[in-house]
Amino acid sequence: MDITSVFFAIVTIVAIVSALLVVTCKNPINSALSLVLTFFCLATYYAMLDAPFMAAIQIIVYAGAIMVLIVFTIMLLNIRVDANKKHTHQIVLGSVIGIVTLLLAGLFIIKGNVAAPTGPITPEMIAQYGHTELIGTVMFTEFLLPFEVTSILLLAAMVGAVVLAKKKLS
Amino acid sequence: MDNLNNYLLVSAVLFSIGTIGVLTRKNAIVVFMCIEMMLNAVNLSFVALSRHLGNLDGQVFVFFIMTVAAAEAAVGLALFISFFNNRESIDIDDANLMKW
Repeated sequence: MDITSVFFAIVTIVAIVSALLVVTCKNPINSALSLVLTFFCLATYYAMLDAPFMAAIQIIVYAGAIMVLIVFTIMLLNIRVDANKKHTHQIVLGSVIGIVTLLLAGLFIIKGNVAAPTGPITPEMIAQYGHTELIGTVMFTEFLLPFEVTSILLLAAMVGAVVLAKKKLS
Repeated sequence: MDNLNNYLLVSAVLFSIGTIGVLTRKNAIVVFMCIEMMLNAVNLSFVALSRHLGNLDGQVFVFFIMTVAAAEAAVGLALFISFFNNRESIDIDDANLMKW
């Protein structure tokens, strides 16, 4: 068992435990902090997969920007911790659906066969040119139109957030 | 390269945990965080397959998914604030105006 497998196992355990904590914590703040830990584990996976740019924007965008928004909203709304309402049927049904999803996906992954490497990108090439440069080349040639459409999406989201959250002018 | 299945299995586990959270929790913000976790699980399989197939298109997709998630976070949290101002609660059971 080499060092990479051990590291992968540790990161996997942390990722899954923190993901379970997101679902089970009573207090939304604890869920949010566990979610940050899950995001860091995913960034570690990206780094292990030779995708350092993805790891960087995972931490900057998700663990930074989005989680700050969520924590800020939790703080702003000042919600109390869940009352002891029991929804047993909902929990049982939801868990059954989740576990069936996991079993089906696991079956497909284990039985299925992913095609052999076809593209030109190799880890040596990433080491030589740099991941960011290769991503940028693809994004600004092949995916230029989706990139520009994304800017319109962000503008619409910005306007939408301002309109929705402002106080009514009475 | 042999450990592609490990990454895909981790992705499946995270996605399922997110599904359970969306279906069982009542707090709208926790449901929202679980949706973010499901998006991230899909991102992980995109990156793993992109690495396995030697093609960067999957990672560009991850970039766009992150952009959509950021837009969703901004609008969704604004909706929660607006909902809270009207109902004094963010329990998803209180969003029942369109219920039969």
